[in-house]
Amino acid sequence: MTVQASRDLATAFGTASNRRGRYFSFKRIGTPVVIVVVLLALYWWLSTLALDSIELRTLNWDYLLERTFEHLRLTVVASAIVAVLAIPAGIALSRIHSRAVHAIVFGIANVGQSTPAIGLVILLAIVWKLGFEVALVGLVAYSILPVLRNTLVGLQQVDSNLTEAARGMGMRPLQVLAQIELPLAIPVIVAGLRTALVFCVGVATVATFINAGGLGDMIVNGLKLQRWPVLITGAVVVSCIALTIDWLAGLAEDLLKPKGL
Amino acid sequence: MSETNSRPAAGARIVLRDVTKTYPGQAGPAVDSFSMDIAPGELIMFVGPSGCGKTTTMKMINRIIEPTSGSITIDGEDVLSLDPNELRRRIGYVIQQIGLFPHMTIAENISVVPKLLSWDKKRTRDRVEELLAVVELDPKTYAARYPRQLSGGQQQRVGVARALAADPPVMLMDEPFGATDPITREKLQTEFLRLQEKLSKTIVFVTHDFDEAVRLGDRIAVLSERSQIEQFDTPANILANPANDYVSQFVGHGAALKRLGLIPVNQATLGPAVPVRGAIEVGINDSLRNALDLLVLSGGTPVAVVDAHGRVVGSIDIERISAVLGAEIVPSALTGARP
Repeated sequence: MTVQASRDLATAFGTASNRRGRYFSFKRIGTPVVIVVVLLALYWWLSTLALDSIELRTLNWDYLLERTFEHLRLTVVASAIVAVLAIPAGIALSRIHSRAVHAIVFGIANVGQSTPAIGLVILLAIVWKLGFEVALVGLVAYSILPVLRNTLVGLQQVDSNLTEAARGMGMRPLQVLAQIELPLAIPVIVAGLRTALVFCVGVATVATFINAGGLGDMIVNGLKLQRWPVLITGAVVVSCIALTIDWLAGLAEDLLKPKGL
Repeated sequence: MSETNSRPAAGARIVLRDVTKTYPGQAGPAVDSFSMDIAPGELIMFVGPSGCGKTTTMKMINRIIEPTSGSITIDGEDVLSLDPNELRRRIGYVIQQIGLFPHMTIAENISVVPKLLSWDKKRTRDRVEELLAVVELDPKTYAARYPRQLSGGQQQRVGVARALAADPPVMLMDEPFGATDPITREKLQTEFLRLQEKLSKTIVFVTHDFDEAVRLGDRIAVLSERSQIEQFDTPANILANPANDYVSQFVGHGAALKRLGLIPVNQATLGPAVPVRGAIEVGINDSLRNALDLLVLSGGTPVAVVDAHGRVVGSIDIERISAVLGAEIVPSALTGARP
């Protein structure tokens, strides 16, 4: 595969320079640099402060790592559930040509996204219970729309001549889906997942209100107790996680994009 | 070498009987009671204006479009009783937009049908190399490339190679050269004719270009609305005797010239040998159209006819050309020759 790829690059010179441009773009290198610089600056700033006992209870490595872990777990599990639910649903929708069905499904997904996440999570907590699972449901409801929409759009934008050629060669419908449609739709689907992941990082901060942990704890505590270093640390770390995930997803997008496009 | 690789499968007989397609919600049928007998190895052209149902008719043969009624058989086998996917693996299919899969290399594109037929890797690889050589693309250079890296003409050749992959007895081609520029197009047509001479597949070829039909077809079906056959005959006969006004209109101007393009010089009764003047000479196997072209240049004095070795074997003039067609056609042929 790699031999082939390098030969492709060698044969199509224009392509080669395009790709090189993308690999070394500012976004590729710049984002991680910015993240590292911001975190180092935060660390330096905190180390110059004389922290009181309340601040010290949260501004230590154990506490910080635990909140970060909780936050990441919520984000990753919610996104995985979204992928498992929304991609098959999007595929199913692409096989159904009824506009009414599309309207109903997207109506529901829209409600999930337009309802403020905090309201949904707290309502769920009132009627159900507190904790991780409830936060998860809230996150999934909030971030399912982009993946669903992108899966459908990604499949719909595949040139109908290609699917006809595939059928004309004797591929069964599932083979057309697996070998032609899905590979060509992958860039769009992954872009949807990327959006969902970034949504999740942000919205997972509301988990604190229903006792599900995460970096929201630091932000809310910092506010309540008027300890700005705590609040700022929480906010900066959440932002850096969002940027990191977006950056990683961007890399995945480039890697998963079928060659030849 | 595996058995199918060594000798290509010759064509199959295709018989269509009263094939009709009616789309739900439409008053009249798109294809109305279409019947045709296609001999093995024949290259049949469907010609007609866009929307006349020629593509629909062709697509019913591999059931991309299901007929509403009627019967289609290939070598006596009822197409409508077969599994459509298995049927399609035995019918080569080339569409105008080529439809190469952009995320697959050229080799992978050509291997699609062999893979569906579960050929082993070696056999598939050998076949890909063989086919790329057949369509005159160097396997070493092109096998690992992606379609985007090929020119339109090269892509079209890969499209033909892909359709030939499993050596199907029948090929369906939907304006395969329609999207290429005139020069590439002519080159592809010449290559295609040479290929068909070797392979003698049964081919149904859809085009709206009557000249292409004359150039390539063994027989031409001129179609009108609802895929009605206005005339179904050899190019020479259609040009000489159009069945009705619709066909003459389709044939267009310069029918005599088009006919001359189909007839070699050796069909004419040659005159006495004359010396070659000003390098104006015509080969015995060239078309009469070429001979006429040279006569215009020579100012009407007889042009020397030479054989394959360059020896003068006779001469040709306007009268001798018109004798081949029948005298009444000469004036219009001359009109057509003057730009």
